[in-house]
Amino acid sequence: MSLTNYLVLSTLLFTIGTMAVLLRRNGIIVFMGVELMLNATNLALVTFSRMHGNLDGQVFAFFVMVVAAAEVVIGLAIIVAIFRTRRSASVDDVNLLRN
Amino acid sequence: MSYAAPHIGWLQIAPLAIVLGTGLVGVLVEAFVPRRARRTTQLVLVFAALVAALLLIVAQWRDTMASGGVSLFGGSYLLDGPALAIQGTLVVLSILAVAVFADRTSVGQDAFAPAAAAVPGSDYEELARRKGLEQTEVYPLAMFGLGGMLLIVAAGDLLTLFVALEALSMPLYVLTGLARRRRLLSQEASLKYLLLGSFASALLLFGAALLYGFSGSLHLGEIAAATGTIAGLEGLLLGGMTLLLIGLFFKVGAVPFHAWTPDVYVGAPTPVTGFMAATTKIAAFGAMVRVVYVVGPSLQWDLEPMLWTVAILTMVVGTVVALVQTDVKRMLAYSSIAHAGFVLVGVLAFSTEGIASVLFYLVVYGLATIGAFAVVTLVRQTRTGAEGTVILGEATHLAQWAGLGRRSPWLAGALSLFLLSFAGIPLTAGFAGKFTVFTAAADGGAVPLVVVGVIASAAAVFFYVRLIVLMYFTPEREEEGEEGVTVVTSSGFTTVVIAVAAIGTVLLGVLPGPLLELLGQAVKFLP
Repeated sequence: MSLTNYLVLSTLLFTIGTMAVLLRRNGIIVFMGVELMLNATNLALVTFSRMHGNLDGQVFAFFVMVVAAAEVVIGLAIIVAIFRTRRSASVDDVNLLRN
Repeated sequence: MSYAAPHIGWLQIAPLAIVLGTGLVGVLVEAFVPRRARRTTQLVLVFAALVAALLLIVAQWRDTMASGGVSLFGGSYLLDGPALAIQGTLVVLSILAVAVFADRTSVGQDAFAPAAAAVPGSDYEELARRKGLEQTEVYPLAMFGLGGMLLIVAAGDLLTLFVALEALSMPLYVLTGLARRRRLLSQEASLKYLLLGSFASALLLFGAALLYGFSGSLHLGEIAAATGTIAGLEGLLLGGMTLLLIGLFFKVGAVPFHAWTPDVYVGAPTPVTGFMAATTKIAAFGAMVRVVYVVGPSLQWDLEPMLWTVAILTMVVGTVVALVQTDVKRMLAYSSIAHAGFVLVGVLAFSTEGIASVLFYLVVYGLATIGAFAVVTLVRQTRTGAEGTVILGEATHLAQWAGLGRRSPWLAGALSLFLLSFAGIPLTAGFAGKFTVFTAAADGGAVPLVVVGVIASAAAVFFYVRLIVLMYFTPEREEEGEEGVTVVTSSGFTTVVIAVAAIGTVLLGVLPGPLLELLGQAVKFLP
């Protein structure tokens, strides 16, 4: 199977993640969209790493995983703090700054 | 098999190591030092570390400028002239910004929530407030953020760039949510910053992956070399560069990636707003200048349309929207967006003068920004009730600032100075900054940008001067029932910060020569 297929899949996943961020209203789903984008990028990095025959991309993918984990920790902490205050994780309810 | 020990430039990484190490020690302090002594311990640690980092940066200035810099860790950490200059700027501005964090004012409370995890308005929060708890974690958080910033300006490869970007963003997401007053707004700002920030990081990351796919290397220098030799993959290269730059545009708050800026600047505790408005922008510009000047030159013709559009939009939208704001923090937020546009003009000069002018402008902008937000922390709302007059949060509505010049002439004078510097009035640092940026850009052939920039700065004078007129020439508003405005006395830190920022602004306005000359040495990027 051609390696290009993996890149196509990665781009698709990245696009789905982007759409989730832009279109969905629930904070947790938006956040999942971001995570999907990061993991789609990991797939691209690993594929490019295989294509070029060096390991930089694979090493990068490991770093991305760690960063994504750290981001989840902080992100969920913030979302939970807001949820405990408002009993809702919808980003549409979060609109005090608009007024 | 022999093992060659890697060369580690201890002196070169010392400022970064000290700042990050202080962050770690600060976390331990939170765990082991009794509550009563925590604040003092943290402050001593933080200021000692920042001063030490600054001294180490100064100590290696001459060698770095003479040798052109050193490349460490296989080219991942490039400590060259621009990196060192921006690191110095960041440390100096952080000393000022963190001092504002520490100010408790005459009210006896700092700007941060007594217990950030408590639900706003709950009994637990009230208890924490009455017990006088303080969230001293803000100091280690600021140190971690600063560590990321010091790293990103010296990042020689895409991996370091990405990790540093995340390292500088994440502490700021948390800091944004820690305001003592208006906690709902603060948490909301934190959520917005987090979602949009991580979205932008993901875009930057995909850009990095595409560039790696194009060149087979993560090093900026090797990607730049590959632009001339690899044919047929321009899609990856241009797509990658575009996404990478979008991630950085987001961090500097350039239009159309600025949506988070006003909300986050308003919602965050004001000392944090000052810190991030100045330092994050400087760090992200440091990274952007490196990317544009190392990888960009061979792509100049391809990237210029996008960069020009963003620069023009940023200046115009920032200025026009700032004209109609009625909230001081929001106005300053849009003004900071406009300033990002002016710095971009300097970046687009594509010359060494351009780099020097950008470095100078960032110093000038950072000083005035921290000073202006420090002033905002001192002007407070009051409510007169049965139990006397209570001092509340900051009075940020413009109408509440009417007549401030009569009640606190020094404070209003300092703010006026910062605003004039933002506006670029001669004899303030802002004028020198704008002048060098626009001159460099005009010499570099970006004349249309300069024209837009000059028009935008002229229009911006209106809203800066409007606030000055309001403070000095508008009579104080009648006290409406119980609501009032007062100026609290700083416990010393903020006064010093405002004074230093004001003196710096005047000094750099009257005598910009020495600093310009100093920064003029720091314009060579290592490949």
